Amino acid sequence: MKPVFARVALGMCCAAWLAVAVAVPADEAKSAPKPLKLNTTADHTKFKELQNPFKSGPEVTKACLACHTEAAGQIHRTKHWKWEYLNPDTKQMLGKKTIVNNFCISIASNYASCTSCHVGYGWKDANFDFKSEENVDCLACHDTTGNYKKPPGLAGNVVTKDMEFPPGSGKILKAIDLSQIAQKVGKSSRDTCGACHFFGGGGDGVKHGDLDSSMSAPDKELDVHMDATGLDFTCATCHKTSSHDVAGSRYTPMAKDTKGAHMSGRADNGNPASCVACHGNGPHKKEPRLNQHTAKVACQTCHIPAFARGGVATKMTWDWSTAGQTDAQGQQITRKDAKGRITYESRKGDFTLAENVKPEYAWFNGHIEYTLLSDKIEKTDQRTPINKLGGSPTDGKSLIWPMKVFRGSQPYDPINKTLITPHTAGNDDTGFWKNLAWDKAIPVGMKDSGAPYSGKFEFIKTEMSWPITHMVAPKEKALGCTECHTKAGRLAGIEGVYLPGRDANKLVDTAGWGIALLTLLGMIGHGVLRVIRRKR
Amino acid sequence: MIQRVYMFRRFERFWHWSQAGLIIFLLLTGFEIHGAYANFGFKKAVDYHVIAAWSLVGLWIFAIFWHLATGEWRHYIPTRKNVMVMAKFYSSGIFKHEPHPFRPSLVNKHNPLQRLTYLAILTMLSPLIWFTGWLYLFYADWAAWGLSKLQLEWVAVGHTVGAFLMLAFLISHLYLITTGHKVTSQVKAMITGWEELD
Repeated sequence: MKPVFARVALGMCCAAWLAVAVAVPADEAKSAPKPLKLNTTADHTKFKELQNPFKSGPEVTKACLACHTEAAGQIHRTKHWKWEYLNPDTKQMLGKKTIVNNFCISIASNYASCTSCHVGYGWKDANFDFKSEENVDCLACHDTTGNYKKPPGLAGNVVTKDMEFPPGSGKILKAIDLSQIAQKVGKSSRDTCGACHFFGGGGDGVKHGDLDSSMSAPDKELDVHMDATGLDFTCATCHKTSSHDVAGSRYTPMAKDTKGAHMSGRADNGNPASCVACHGNGPHKKEPRLNQHTAKVACQTCHIPAFARGGVATKMTWDWSTAGQTDAQGQQITRKDAKGRITYESRKGDFTLAENVKPEYAWFNGHIEYTLLSDKIEKTDQRTPINKLGGSPTDGKSLIWPMKVFRGSQPYDPINKTLITPHTAGNDDTGFWKNLAWDKAIPVGMKDSGAPYSGKFEFIKTEMSWPITHMVAPKEKALGCTECHTKAGRLAGIEGVYLPGRDANKLVDTAGWGIALLTLLGMIGHGVLRVIRRKR
Repeated sequence: MIQRVYMFRRFERFWHWSQAGLIIFLLLTGFEIHGAYANFGFKKAVDYHVIAAWSLVGLWIFAIFWHLATGEWRHYIPTRKNVMVMAKFYSSGIFKHEPHPFRPSLVNKHNPLQRLTYLAILTMLSPLIWFTGWLYLFYADWAAWGLSKLQLEWVAVGHTVGAFLMLAFLISHLYLITTGHKVTSQVKAMITGWEELD
């Protein structure tokens, strides 16, 4: 009996094993996701609440908020949500909701397109409910799958069923699986931040110059800290986030951090996203002389020798005044340069693009004043600054900073003397990108901005400065002395600092060489006379 | 009759020549930092300039001690006596084969013009160069020293003025050593220590 029983038992075991093996489809076994590297105490795949098929973004958010009860409230206080920021120094109301730039100009009347980068769902017009908790978008920042997408034009909503967009275009937007994404949430990454910040200005690398898709997995040459096979920093390693409040600001940046390396538990409880926060104020141990530079020169000036170094070109100029040209059939056209980069679009005008760009340099103290839609501006020969950067060699708060200076030409109301916010994006009759008609696009846009429009427009030349702070090169690639300590170096235009090798007092030099030369001539003359006289 | 006097002792000669070498090297590197020409490259020029400067500081500490200990400092006491005689010799007598009006000795090594020149270098030119040079070196500490109002430009200009004056001295010095008993007797004296006198 015994051996027979044993055989049966063994057979049953085998059958059971087979049954289990067969029950798991072969594909799924192969594509089984890598185990999530858990650095939290919760495995979200185990939460029943996240195993439903979600039909919309807000449904996911509701599930998140069931446990993370305060998360939406935290988000509600941030610039990422409000797109609004009151500068405490200048009292200017800023934020994406208000400011005008010289890229796509303004979000007013273009919400559905622009708000694909809002951390929320459904901001399609000026009536968006900023108190809504379920409209907070958790996944934009916490997706780890890379599958989460918010296509422009949908007011920040996601696609959960394949759809044709724009309607009648024949282009199909693919649905995404929100349940799968929700179960794999994690910390923010270069990819989640980059999904918006790499593509600012309407395309890869367009706006910043020091942020583009090459920073998604950079090598050491491109970014010594984010080096994907090295230190592998995420954005939040420096932009240390607490209660969903991300450190660092483009509206009130810290130009000069004098407080030294940040220590845990330090009394001031500061949290600057500065180089100094980790490196301190005298980080050059082997070359202490370099530490002397930190009184005048930002770290970024030497350590970011050029921006747009990752193979993605950045826009340097944008001329809206040439927009609107069409081919013989009245169709929109694009022109490209030898490298295949778009340099003209009917709907946008002319661009220039560049890679490996040497920054421009300026004294900068962190104060920025914007030219807003409500500001009166005179059209002169000078470019109108979209943002005026404060700074001087003598205010004690400024350092010499590298800048991307973006120059453009954009619509301007010569009667009211203001900038103009045209209606660009949108699949409607007045959208400039569709119908190329300024007279339709401007009144709609200005009305949405709540600003008066005289009915007349021309184009005004503008410039906007972007302090460069990312794409920090390895130390071997930092600038050498003679990039600046020479007659026509990088800092040739920087005033208020004596730069050995660049500067000299003309009078002293002329007099000095003169005295040396006269002495020499005197001595030679004396000697010659002696020789002649001796011979006699 | 030619007399040979052991005028310059071993340390004195070592001091003179190492100081000469360092000053020439400091002029070369200094004018490169100033942007007058290129040789070592800016970074190396700065590094070498600083090393040479500190070496000279070290040398001076020994030299000052030596001057005080041996009483040799007395050779720099200025005198108005015979200054005009010396000036007249250099401007006319030297061309007429007149004998040198000054006869150096162990107790009186420098002629009145030399005394004045070396004293001026010692009390005016050197302090200018040292003072501005040190400020330059410790630029980062100005704020901590309460010198935040000080401008690097003033310091740099002062240092440059010193450099030009030192250059002018070097040129005249190189020529005037040929005005001894024979053209080469002074340089020989500084090399061997023995000076030949009439």
